Order: sequence, then structure tokens, then C-alpha cells
Amino acid sequence: MTDTLATSPGPSPPRRSPALYLWRSVLSAFNANKTSWVGLVIFLIVVVLAILAPLIAPQDPLEQNVLERLKPPSAEFWFGTDNFGRDILSRLLVGARISLVIGIASTLLAMIGGSIIGMFAGWRGGRIDTIIMQVMDILLAFPSLILGLIIVAMLGPSLLNIIVAIALTSIPPFARIARAPTIAMKEREFVDACRALGFSDLRILAGHILPNILPEILVMGSLWMANAIRTEASLAFIGLGVKPPTPTWGGMIREGFENILDSSWLVLAPSAAILIVVFALNLLGDGLRDAIDPKLKGEG
Amino acid sequence: MTAFLIRRLGFALITLFAVLTLVFVLVRIVPGDPAQVILGDQASREAIEALRERLGLNLPLHQQYAVFLWGALKGDWGVSMISGRPVIQEVLNVLPWTIELTLLSLVMGIAVGVPLGVAAAVRRNRFTDYAARIGSLLGLSFPPFVSALLLLLAFAIGLRWFPVISGGRGSFDAWYQSITLPAINLGIISAAYITRVTRSAMLEVLQEDYVRTARAKGVPWVVVVWRHALRNALIPVITIIGLYLGILIGNSVLTEIVFSRPGLGKLIIGALNQRDYPMLQGMMVIYTLVVVVVNLATDIAYGIADPRVKFQ
Repeated sequence: MTDTLATSPGPSPPRRSPALYLWRSVLSAFNANKTSWVGLVIFLIVVVLAILAPLIAPQDPLEQNVLERLKPPSAEFWFGTDNFGRDILSRLLVGARISLVIGIASTLLAMIGGSIIGMFAGWRGGRIDTIIMQVMDILLAFPSLILGLIIVAMLGPSLLNIIVAIALTSIPPFARIARAPTIAMKEREFVDACRALGFSDLRILAGHILPNILPEILVMGSLWMANAIRTEASLAFIGLGVKPPTPTWGGMIREGFENILDSSWLVLAPSAAILIVVFALNLLGDGLRDAIDPKLKGEG
Repeated sequence: MTAFLIRRLGFALITLFAVLTLVFVLVRIVPGDPAQVILGDQASREAIEALRERLGLNLPLHQQYAVFLWGALKGDWGVSMISGRPVIQEVLNVLPWTIELTLLSLVMGIAVGVPLGVAAAVRRNRFTDYAARIGSLLGLSFPPFVSALLLLLAFAIGLRWFPVISGGRGSFDAWYQSITLPAINLGIISAAYITRVTRSAMLEVLQEDYVRTARAKGVPWVVVVWRHALRNALIPVITIIGLYLGILIGNSVLTEIVFSRPGLGKLIIGALNQRDYPMLQGMMVIYTLVVVVVNLATDIAYGIADPRVKFQ
């Protein structure tokens, strides 16, 4: 861990542009921890498979075939067929799209919302800061699955509502991450210099403070995306996923659960899919976090 | 200490109030008239009016709010639309099942996670450390219902060591049979969390001067690790366990469903499926209460573990 980052004291790397700086710190974080590469590669493979899903899926994921129902894995149906005779492999591939779309969109939303809230609280300080962070603490303490479950149950299980519900439950951690460095940085000389030059608050925050806290937010992003995908699957398993017949991994497990006694492949294949994606994202984020903040040393 | 506790208590009360308000608002922004939703499209106008009156939906909003808050304070959370029994009674009926499950799994998590975390920190960057880190990361990656399904498939359906539906009570045998798999399921995830936090806290503490001093004056390494270092490392561990309880409660919902075990989880899912609004409100209140109490307990545990905490 030889890289020097904005949050740590000591000699700063030469700063040409924020974008370049960001790129360099992410790259050096990757190289510091090989497991992040493993996680990234697995995740990218899943993304490619999901994008190509309609082209490479061997069967129509929605086509029912009574003659082929509940067939165990075979050469024709690699992962078997479900209760309606639909090909599980094809459903897995198409289902990956829902998981990824919800995971990526809700995490992006939480990252943006949380960063704005955290930076605003840290920048303003004082009473506003205290109130905002106490609200965040309350949200953080509340079981996110229960919160998500109630929001989705109230608003109805549509793709957008699920994304919003999951995003809401993951805003507080991002607010916390964005706030601390903002407070530390607003005392730094370069911020005084910006002020002296007459920059607006918004310009200082967006142009000069954001690039410095972005690496940490991106790293947390991958960990929370893992969490978002897990939550989406859990909601779908409870019955609050995107409506059938659209295949979702959690929904497939829910349907397969009814036949678990004699057709275990129904739940095993989607379970493995969820586990692989979540584990890959966790490997990615965990390794990166280790490298980005040597103090943390892989805290859970 | 007293002043600190009073402040924390005040904060807990504010939290409770805020969540109650949120619950009130959430239930009322639902599209459509709850009475209509409950009774269905076929219901007559009179039936809907009667139900609105019974639920207090005909009152002005601020009166509904006052009634709701006052009821929540008195422990009167309304009557379940499905069973017709008071919500609080239904909740209290299954609460012991959930508490038993979560506490047992937490104990398992601590019993496995703390020693493993310490071992990983002491043998940093060696095999034990890598195994503990990868293992705990894998444990964290399991959605709780997936791990529950795998346990169910392996030990209840495959090996037939345990019943598939776990709601046994009465004898110790029945109890042990029914709680083992659900508790292991939640325990694995708890252990994964606790291992990681213990490891990072221990790594930090092991670099402290007093650890070097203790070693220098000849204290055996085992004593240094387990008495000097661990005691200090416990503080962040307790904080995380407190935060983790929120996750644990969420995870217990999924575990209870997979193992068909009675508890808050089955209650809330039943209420969701049948649109039992009073029940849902009550469940939100009980979950908030649990979270608030846990937070308070964490603060107190903090003080006990570390006498230096001045309770500011």
C-alpha cells in the first residue's frame, strides 16, 4: 500500500486534473490488492452475459412447455426446467438484467443522494449538520430489509419503486462517508484560496472537494451494490419483486421453493447466481477499500 | 453518566416519535382508500363507510394522528383486520420465538467470530488470516434465505437430521430440533460480520504502545492478546454488533419464512400479503422499539467495556 491519497496526510501526488487524479488512485488501489481484480473480472463477465442474454439464451425464457416441466439438468437444459417447463439457464441469463439494473440504479441513486446530503451537512456544519446526521443515524439503525419491504409493499412492486426503496435504505452510509472528509477539507488552504478567488460554494464543493472524496464513495459503491442486489433478491423471494412472468433470481427461488423436496435444481441455480455476483462485488469492494484506506484494513 | 443516559433516552424517544410519524404518513399515502382495498371491489358503500368509521378514517387527519399516537403510547395498536385480535397480542405471541432465535444466533456469532477475528489479526497476512477473510466475505455474500435454503436442503431434506418445518416446542428435544438450523443460518452471517470487525479492531490495537510495553516487560503473548488487546478492541466490536442487530432482525424475517418458523417475520409477511394495515403499523412500531432499545443497550455496554468513555 504505497499509494498516497487525499484523505491521508503526507506528500500529495502532483495534481494535474481531478479526473486524472481519480483515475490514478483507483488504478493503484486495484494493483495493491489482487482480489479486487478477481472480483471485477467475475462481475464484468456477468454484466456481459446479461447484456448478451437475448442473443445467447438457448430458449425463450418465457415460453411454457408442459411436456418438459420439472426436467432435471441435462444436455438440452443445462440447469433443468421449472414448473412451467421454462428453461432455467435462459431465465437466469435474462434475470441477471433485473438484478444488475436494480443494483446499479439504486446504488447510483444512493451514492448521489447520500453524497449531496453528506457534503451539505459537513459544509454547513452546526445545527443543520447535527439534525441531518441524526436523521441518518435513525435510518441507518432501522432494519433496511423491513424498511424496503414496507416501502415496496405500500408503493407496489414496480421496477422503479424497488429501485427507490433500496436506494433510500442505503443513503445514510454514503452521507456519512461524504461528510467526514468534507469537514476535514473545508479547513484546508486550497479551500481558503478558492474562497479568496470568489468561487461559489457549489463550485468549491463540486469542483474541488468532490474529486477528493470520490474514490472512497466509489469503493463503498461496489460494496453497497452487493447489498442492493442481495436486498432485491430478498424482496423478490418474499414476493415483492418485479412482477412475473419477468424472471428475477429471487422470484425463481420463490417459485422453486414450492418444489424443493424433489426438484432442488430449481433453487440451486439461481442461488448460485446471486451468490457469485454478490461475492464478486464484495471481493472487488473489499480489496479496493483495503487499498484506499490502509487504516481500515478490511473492516466489515 | 446519568446526564448521558438521559440524553440518549431523549434521543431514543425522538426517534420513536419520528418513526411513528413516518408510519402514519406512509400508511396514508397509499394510493386508494384502505377501507376499499381491504374490502375489495365488490364491497357495498355502507360496508366501506362502516369500516372507515371503525378504522377512524372518517376523522380529520390531525385527529387521526392524535388518536394514532395516543393509541401507540397506550399500547393500543388497533385490531388485526384478519384475525380480529388486538395487534399487540398477536405481536407478543410470536415475539419470544424471534427473540430466542436472534439472541441464540448472536451468541453463536460472538462465540465463533471473536476468536476467529483475533486469530486472523494475530496471524496477519498468513493462511489463517486469508482463510478467515475470504470465509467471512463469503458468509457476508449469502442472502440469508439462500443460506437457509442450502441448510434446509442439506440437513433437513438430504440427511434428514432435522424436520423441514421448525416450530417445535414442549420438550428439549423438539426445541433443539427446531431451532438448530435457523440459529446456525443466522449465526453464520453474524459470525462473518463479527470476525471482520474483531480482526480490524485487533489489528489497530496490536500496534499500540501499551501492547509493546506489555510484551517488553515479559507478559506472555497469549495474555497480551486476550487480556490487554482484546479488551480494548471490544469497543468498536460492540458498536458494530449494535448496528448489526438491525440487519439481524431483517435477516430473521427471511430465515423464519424458509424454515416455516413462527415469529415476527411470518407475521409481517402475512400482514403484507393480506393488506392488514393495523398489523403493519404495529409491526413498524415494534421494530422501531426494538431498534431504539438495542441502540440504548449498545451505548450502555460501551460504557461498561471502556471505563474511559466519559459519556459526553
